[in-house]
Amino acid sequence: MLLMKIIRSDKPGTWLLAILLVVSIVVPVLNLLVPENSAFHLSTYTVTLLGKYLTYALLALSADLVWGYLGILTLGHAAFFALGGYAMGMYLMRQIGERGVYGDPVLPDFMVFLNWQELPWFWYGFDQFWFAALMVMVVPGILAYVFGYLTFRSRVTGVYLSIITQAMTYALMLAFFRNEMGFGGNNGLTDFKDILGFDLRADSTRIALFLASAAALAIGYVLSRIIVSSRLGLASVAIRDAESRSRFCGYRVENIKLWVFVFSAIMAGVAGALYVPQVGIINPGEFSPLNSIELLIWVAIGGRGTLYGAIIGAILVNYAKTYFTAAMPEVWLYALGALFILVTLYLPKGIVGLRSMRREKT
Amino acid sequence: MSPFSIAALVRKPISLLLFLCMISVPAPQVLAEEIPDNDLLDDAWKTLPSKNYNNKAKALETIARQNPPQALPVMKAMLEGQLYYSKHDKALYFLQETGDNYTFSPVFSGEQISQENRRGFKKVKVNNRLRSTIRQLLAVMQLKHKDADIRLAAVQELLKKPEISASHLIKKAVESETDSRVTTAMQTLLAVIQLEKGDETEQRSAIKTLSQSLNSSAMNALRDYQAPTETLKNAAQSAIKKIDDKRDLYAKAETIFFGLSLGSVLALSAIGLAITFGVMGVINMAHGELMMIGAYTTYVVQLLMPNNIGASILVAIPAAFIVAGLVGIAIERSVIRHLYGRPLETLLATFGVSLVLQQTVRTIFSPLNRSVETPQWMSGAWQINEVLALTWNRLYIILFCLAVFAALIMVMKKTTLGLQVRAVSQNRNMARAMGVRSTWVDALTFGLGSGIAGLAGVALSLLTNVGPNLGQAYIIDSFMVVVFGGVGNLWGTLVAGMSLGVINKLLEPWAGAVLAKILVLIFIILFIQKRPKGLFPQRGRAAED
Repeated sequence: MLLMKIIRSDKPGTWLLAILLVVSIVVPVLNLLVPENSAFHLSTYTVTLLGKYLTYALLALSADLVWGYLGILTLGHAAFFALGGYAMGMYLMRQIGERGVYGDPVLPDFMVFLNWQELPWFWYGFDQFWFAALMVMVVPGILAYVFGYLTFRSRVTGVYLSIITQAMTYALMLAFFRNEMGFGGNNGLTDFKDILGFDLRADSTRIALFLASAAALAIGYVLSRIIVSSRLGLASVAIRDAESRSRFCGYRVENIKLWVFVFSAIMAGVAGALYVPQVGIINPGEFSPLNSIELLIWVAIGGRGTLYGAIIGAILVNYAKTYFTAAMPEVWLYALGALFILVTLYLPKGIVGLRSMRREKT
Repeated sequence: MSPFSIAALVRKPISLLLFLCMISVPAPQVLAEEIPDNDLLDDAWKTLPSKNYNNKAKALETIARQNPPQALPVMKAMLEGQLYYSKHDKALYFLQETGDNYTFSPVFSGEQISQENRRGFKKVKVNNRLRSTIRQLLAVMQLKHKDADIRLAAVQELLKKPEISASHLIKKAVESETDSRVTTAMQTLLAVIQLEKGDETEQRSAIKTLSQSLNSSAMNALRDYQAPTETLKNAAQSAIKKIDDKRDLYAKAETIFFGLSLGSVLALSAIGLAITFGVMGVINMAHGELMMIGAYTTYVVQLLMPNNIGASILVAIPAAFIVAGLVGIAIERSVIRHLYGRPLETLLATFGVSLVLQQTVRTIFSPLNRSVETPQWMSGAWQINEVLALTWNRLYIILFCLAVFAALIMVMKKTTLGLQVRAVSQNRNMARAMGVRSTWVDALTFGLGSGIAGLAGVALSLLTNVGPNLGQAYIIDSFMVVVFGGVGNLWGTLVAGMSLGVINKLLEPWAGAVLAKILVLIFIILFIQKRPKGLFPQRGRAAED
């Protein structure tokens, strides 16, 4: 009942969930039931693209939770996304089995290529889906916990915190580029064949992944909404606006920050895990600090501190990116740069803030 | 013996000792200068076109011993494969290739022949063994060359394969030698020879001489040394250890030098950031791109004055400062001015600026990397001894960094602008109340920081290729330096930059370049936990939060 109350009080969120529901009914119908020569047919490529946008939206949602409600400008959120992606990639890699180029039943191709004799210990268990699914959440969660525990306890805030989150993702990127790490080095993990026994290239699998992404986004949204409406959420907003005062009022600032941060990291990990089977590759480039910063602009354009704004921003910017990089690639960086500048200067509340801004004027 | 070299010998007791031993040793007969014997020499010349390499080697030794004026050019031509002989009378010719034309000029007498091919002539064949013999002989002949560098090179050539036959000549040469480097090298060479062939007293003194040397051939000679007695064996062993220790020490010095030069680049790129960050609390993500602009300015200046590469760098330094500074002021006036008090938003906006700048450069200069030519006076190395050589460009970059730093400290401490900048950074409101125009100070500070980024770009352009991604590669490192050193503290930035550079280079040998960088990043993340405001936190009355 509490849930219903929360959802009812969040009108834009309700709309968003409704749209998501409609899309997840219409898209499979248009792809599977409408014949290919019809004008209404949706190609599998488009379905995958939409699925990718949804995972990005989930990532943006997780970043908004940390930035919009906790006031931490994280420049390393893509690290959690990539770690979740790698966990899923390892599962998919083990599923290839003997179908790899070298045909080794256990070792992935790149290990055979590097002349490794046996599987490194951290690859154990990834042949089981449940284990991989667990790791998708556990690994980013643990990293966020350790990182957050250290930094929040020593009261590293503001710009310093931003910069060391960037250092974290940068260090991870350099580490994953190394062949010795055992994650495929430069090339990352790719050439996936199937997931849970279903062929990854089949239309139905693609649709299923799309639906899973939509479901994950819906669940992530509802959970985030519950958190921000709860006392925990209110306390984190208090911390965002006046950290010292909240501390003096007796709130355990470190713990509140830590749990929201860890939850957000887990959500980002899930987003990464859903991203990898749809895109078909995960490599160290996903850790690059540039990705983390770009993701912030999705949130900023949509409107931070609203949750639904992040989702809208992620989908809009990525649609624009797909369009521009295909139509006029040299313009894209100008456009993105201009977006960064204009949004921070003139749209501090993002697109969803436009309405309230107009209301304030009149 | 000239008075000068006696003085030199007396100054070094070891040399004197060596000199005394030399007198007592009977000179070996091979390679001693002989009475000119024309028949022998003629035979030798005639042997050169033959097929037997052993005979050729013997002939060359004869020629070297007699040392006629043709010996040197002939041997050099043989090394380069440009000595030919005509097929019909076996006379020797030098070949000169000019385009499609082959000119054969005779070694002795006769007519110069010019033709379009090599018909009628055959190359005097040389194999690898013969080549090394020729090099040795050339070295011996060049021991008396006028140029000290050539003499040194000759001795070093001989050191590669020390022959007892050469020792007599070297003993003679060392007496008239005036250059101390060459003397030392010759003494090392003599000691190596004596270690192998001399009696026990000679061997003892040879070990003593060699223990002073850093040369790797000296080291090898000591390693291969078959000591006749236990004491000599121990002496040799301790000499090896002594050399090893010394070489280690110099290797460490070199690592630290590399670390300092890397640290200078880091400090240079971070100082500008430290100013804007410290004074305005603004994180300027476009800082790397301002460095890139400085680097491209250097490139353009070189394009404008292609005949004067040496001076172009000197022109580029002020040019880069001005261009980057103006771009910086433009950024401040158009974007950052509107975002004061919102540091995190500034970060995003300046990131947008950096993307636009990158793409602009890509449009103007193409996405390909450009390279800036290193001027003559910056290439090469300063050879301190046989192990330690400091490259000039790294040395200049360290000096440049220190000079920029000193100039900046002067600006901050001695000028009105500096006073106002410090006032604003300590307490903006109070400074404004005292009549400081803080907006004006902000713009100039940002311009100053950006100008220094431009200077860093000049330095970088000499180290790496200039490309649109140049800035991105350095921005994260510069952030780390600023955060590590403590915001708003210039000395902190310098110390942090230098120490991070040295730590990085010290870790590299056992961890590899990438892992070293990762370790440094982890170290900084952990360090910030301990001291959230860096090494040297800024002290002021501004309240936190």
